[in-house]
Amino acid sequence: MSASTLTTYLEAIRQGIWEEMEADERVFILGEDIGIYGGAFKVTEGMLERFGEARVIDTPISESAIVGAAIGAALMGMRPIAEMQFIDFISCAFDQITNLAAKNRYRWGAGVPIVIRGPSGGGVHGGPFHSQNPEMYFVHTPGLKVVAPATARDAKGLIKAAIRDEDPVLYLEHKYLYRRIKEEIPKQDYVVPIGRAEVRREGRDLTILTYGAMLYPSLEAAETLQQERGGETEVIDLRTLLPLDTEAILASARKTGKVMVVHEDTRTGGIAGEIAAIINEEVFDYLDGPVLRVTAPDTPVPYSPPLEEFFLPNKEKILKVARQLLAY
Amino acid sequence: MKNSRNTARGKAATAGSPAVIAAPRPFLPGPETPMRNPGLARERLLELHRFLRLNRMIEEKLSALYRQGKITGGLYSSLGQEAISVGSAYALGPDDLLAPMIRNIGSVLVRGVRPRDLFLQYLARRDGPTRGRDGTLHFGNVERLGLFSPISHLGTLIPVMAGAALGARLRGERRVALTYIGDGGASTGDFHEGLNLAAVQRLALVLVVENNGYAYSTPTERQFAVESLAERGPAYGVVAESIDGTDVLAVYEATRRAVERGRRGEGPTLLECRALRMRGHAEHDDMRYVPKDLLEAWRKRDPIDRFEGFLVRQKHATEDELERVARVLGPDLDAAAAEALEAPYPPGEESLHGVYVEPGYEKPWWPSP
Repeated sequence: MSASTLTTYLEAIRQGIWEEMEADERVFILGEDIGIYGGAFKVTEGMLERFGEARVIDTPISESAIVGAAIGAALMGMRPIAEMQFIDFISCAFDQITNLAAKNRYRWGAGVPIVIRGPSGGGVHGGPFHSQNPEMYFVHTPGLKVVAPATARDAKGLIKAAIRDEDPVLYLEHKYLYRRIKEEIPKQDYVVPIGRAEVRREGRDLTILTYGAMLYPSLEAAETLQQERGGETEVIDLRTLLPLDTEAILASARKTGKVMVVHEDTRTGGIAGEIAAIINEEVFDYLDGPVLRVTAPDTPVPYSPPLEEFFLPNKEKILKVARQLLAY
Repeated sequence: MKNSRNTARGKAATAGSPAVIAAPRPFLPGPETPMRNPGLARERLLELHRFLRLNRMIEEKLSALYRQGKITGGLYSSLGQEAISVGSAYALGPDDLLAPMIRNIGSVLVRGVRPRDLFLQYLARRDGPTRGRDGTLHFGNVERLGLFSPISHLGTLIPVMAGAALGARLRGERRVALTYIGDGGASTGDFHEGLNLAAVQRLALVLVVENNGYAYSTPTERQFAVESLAERGPAYGVVAESIDGTDVLAVYEATRRAVERGRRGEGPTLLECRALRMRGHAEHDDMRYVPKDLLEAWRKRDPIDRFEGFLVRQKHATEDELERVARVLGPDLDAAAAEALEAPYPPGEESLHGVYVEPGYEKPWWPSP
């Protein structure tokens, strides 16, 4: 296969937005440095030239106003995509997201079809304020949807699904994957449905549930287990964190009886705890051991490379917990 | 300056040291200028009067229901401020967009909301605008009434209504968005972010800053250091003026100019309307923190008394004709409230629905056609 047919994760997001803007004139984008500069990571490169400054809006550094204005425009029938230059800054828009966007439909029936997207995650030495994984602030908020693609194919399919969704969607793109992940993706229009997990590797002995950049060390760990002991590890990419694909999670738990959750987010209040609770409630009788977690520790994301390396989950940490679980 | 750190600490630790914050700045009414008809026909003047009276009477009725324990949530009065809600909303065109704040019941009455629906909403009944999911003026319907629901978090509606104006512009519609903020809400970050975004995008936003002297109990000198919030306008490149909020015609006329400016694509306008809040922050609050002489000074500037005096002096109506408005509205409101009191509450399990789009929750369900 020639390199030219491979699409990066970043390019897949760009294509998804571009195609939706071509197809639907209600779609427009707003954020900091997304127009003239094409975005800090160049996700929106070329869009100003193609779609004009009415639909590609460089805003002041005002995350709350960016999301607020997106909400107002959505209530007028538009389909805004608001970019957070780094997802860390989404905290500045917390009120608009959790109180306005999330509760609107429930309170008075007015849906808010907005997408808020931005680069999340560590591994690039961004330090405490350019590396965060803020998903759980929002997973705790009924009315929102939260997606976190791991592959280029999903990056495109999920951004399209998010733009077409009738409710507010947080689209967390992992900056570590932007240019490291390349794959062939379908030429024709497609969406990846929100709320569906994907089995990335089938197995009978152990289930690893994960998402985002942690998919890759999880798959590597599964491969190592296979080579070492012929163990068959199932790896499931959650893809959507809210709403969770409970059916897929429980089906795999029933099958393997041993479940671990791997996430880059910190431990306390991470999605692993929620998943463990669901598994306990629904399929306790099928379990051969406890639901275990591999997560970042409960600290901010440190800057210095050895500190960050220590902080982030990796293949070795996953293997250690997997062996512990397989021993049951 | 041998050791400035110690000096600073010493100051902070000295109890009873002279306050470094602003001195009291009593919220007195400015000089009373005669009301002036900006060219409204008699019928429209009388319609304005009817809305003012309806605003006051419906709040009196709600207050009575509150005291009877029928309204379980908070109730926030606009007594003394009715001319701001009514005069500003009256200046909007039928396709324009409005987001009220908690005290702007007059603005939604102008927008066409029926008293019956207001009672159902405040009484948390199944057939109210939010099916009992929220209270007060937290309801809306953009498509049919151009009405956006506020939330309790102050300032948030400023960016949202800037976005509504942006959305209208993207659709090629020349619609103006109006929203309100109080003297207290003007201290929020969203006030700054929203107004600034509206200014750089030249959005058709009218921001009515309702300065009623107190943010709950906090007087304006502890809220901002300028005399008038209209002074902020030029700092944002926004046209701004300060208006006597007890003069319904002045509020109407200033808003009309702002709406026209927005419709011409000349950007946002900030209108500071000043009128003392004549009741507590909410019904439970006896507002003992407001000096009696201040209340007395503003009582003489009651917006409805002023407008009625104007109408009689200018021979648009007789006193008897004006009194008849209340005599007609009273029984109607009593009937609407009685009907709402008979209406059922929503069933508890209904609370599980409509968090996300699902049948019956695709769009606002109120008002029924």
